[in-house]
Amino acid sequence: MRVVVDGVTKTYADRDGQPVRALDGIDLVVESEEFVAVLGPSGCGKSTLLSLIAGLLAPTGGAIWLEGDVARGRTPTAMVFQEFALFPWRTVQTNVEFGLEEAGVPAAERARRAARCIALTGLDGFETRYPHQLSGGMRQRVGIARALAVEPAVLLMDEPFSALDAQTRQLMQEELLGIWERTRQTIVYVTHNIHEAVYMADRVVVLSRRPGRVLAEVKIELERPRAERMMGEAAFLTAVERIWSLIRDQAAEVLRE
Amino acid sequence: MTRIPVAHRAAFLARREHRALRVAALLGLLAAWEAVARIGWVPVLFLPSPLGVLGEGWDMLRSGELAGHVAASLWRLLVGFAVGAALGVGVGIAVGFFAVGEAVGTPLIAATFPIPKIALLPLLILWLGLGEPSKVAVIALGVFFPMAINTFTGVRQADPLLVRAAVAFGARRWSVIRKVVLPSALPMIFAGLRLGAGTALLLLVAAEMIAVESGIGFLVLHAGNLMQTTKLMVGIVVLSLLGVLSHWGLGRLERLALPWRAG
Repeated sequence: MRVVVDGVTKTYADRDGQPVRALDGIDLVVESEEFVAVLGPSGCGKSTLLSLIAGLLAPTGGAIWLEGDVARGRTPTAMVFQEFALFPWRTVQTNVEFGLEEAGVPAAERARRAARCIALTGLDGFETRYPHQLSGGMRQRVGIARALAVEPAVLLMDEPFSALDAQTRQLMQEELLGIWERTRQTIVYVTHNIHEAVYMADRVVVLSRRPGRVLAEVKIELERPRAERMMGEAAFLTAVERIWSLIRDQAAEVLRE
Repeated sequence: MTRIPVAHRAAFLARREHRALRVAALLGLLAAWEAVARIGWVPVLFLPSPLGVLGEGWDMLRSGELAGHVAASLWRLLVGFAVGAALGVGVGIAVGFFAVGEAVGTPLIAATFPIPKIALLPLLILWLGLGEPSKVAVIALGVFFPMAINTFTGVRQADPLLVRAAVAFGARRWSVIRKVVLPSALPMIFAGLRLGAGTALLLLVAAEMIAVESGIGFLVLHAGNLMQTTKLMVGIVVLSLLGVLSHWGLGRLERLALPWRAG
């Protein structure tokens, strides 16, 4: 499934009622089975863009399309949140089943599909635990399993690993890539981490600071499957350098404010 | 070179449990009370001895007198509590979740909440008669307000992130209420139940002092009129037991209903 973002503008009213333009004329196409990272300094509206694609917000101008056939019983989009957003009153199992419940999937099939996603994310044996009994890394696995369970055509990920410590983040990146190799969903991955974006994505879309505009689209010429050693390759370092030079001034401006 | 030993300076902040002292304090008070009554410093008419109260209670239990009063009171209490709590939760959710509910409900609740509910008892008797409905209604009213206000607060405290997550996974309005808003509000709802239990007991006694022939409130008032101080004390002890029991029961229920909050 393709995601087509067509001239999207989003304006908020701030606390004093003054209009604030978060996104300005965003044009973006994410191809089917493509892994696209959206990167930008804080406050560039990249999370807003993701919420717009998920239908959690309405654009002020422009339109967003999901193109392609969605198989019956499949949801077009699912979201993984930076703060996990697990339901504290649900166990791992029932958290993962949530989206399936809302899609009206019968209980037996719910359990079966949830079990598969729980195994895929390495959560076996934790089915009856509550989120507060899990570490940050385990919680985000639940978040990913919950999203995978609905078999979305497009997986939206909002800085999914930025609340984790560096070691856990590295491991989770590897696991996500491994899962993606098998499931081949379209992924829109929002991050502020250049290395992460380049390491994981086919293409990095760089946004400017507020109001967010597309500064550049950088194609990542690394082969799949990705491996950690590629972080030393020239293609990796060039891409990181190119993106950093694009957003360096912007980041410095944010710092001065 | 001087060596300075590092003392544990926060030691005085540690709180020990003193279990024996708890029991000793309670027993000591009862023993002192018994002693005062036995020595005869205070006439039994004003202060019956604890053992006397216990004996009287036992006699009333055996004659079935106490059971009748307790049953009558419990019925009023439970029906009033159930009606008030159910309405309170419903209104709390409506006012907390729906913009229209808030516009209609907030001024109404703000205007009626400060009225002492006992003051409404004569009005309720006028409307509903001297029988059971007016007693139940005043209890329901007393439970309604803390329940509605606590539920409203609980609904407002629901994490917007969780609501967004539910919507992102396909939840519609009623799913969001049932699966996110209501569980988020449950701790506040239970706090409301505790508050309501106290209010209910207070209003029960007040209501049973008017035009009834049964109930613990009636027992207390009647015994007082007849100067049967020991009987009066039995009634007070039963009320205290009811209060302790409802608190304990609600605590148990809360742990059952909110397993994710434990440890």
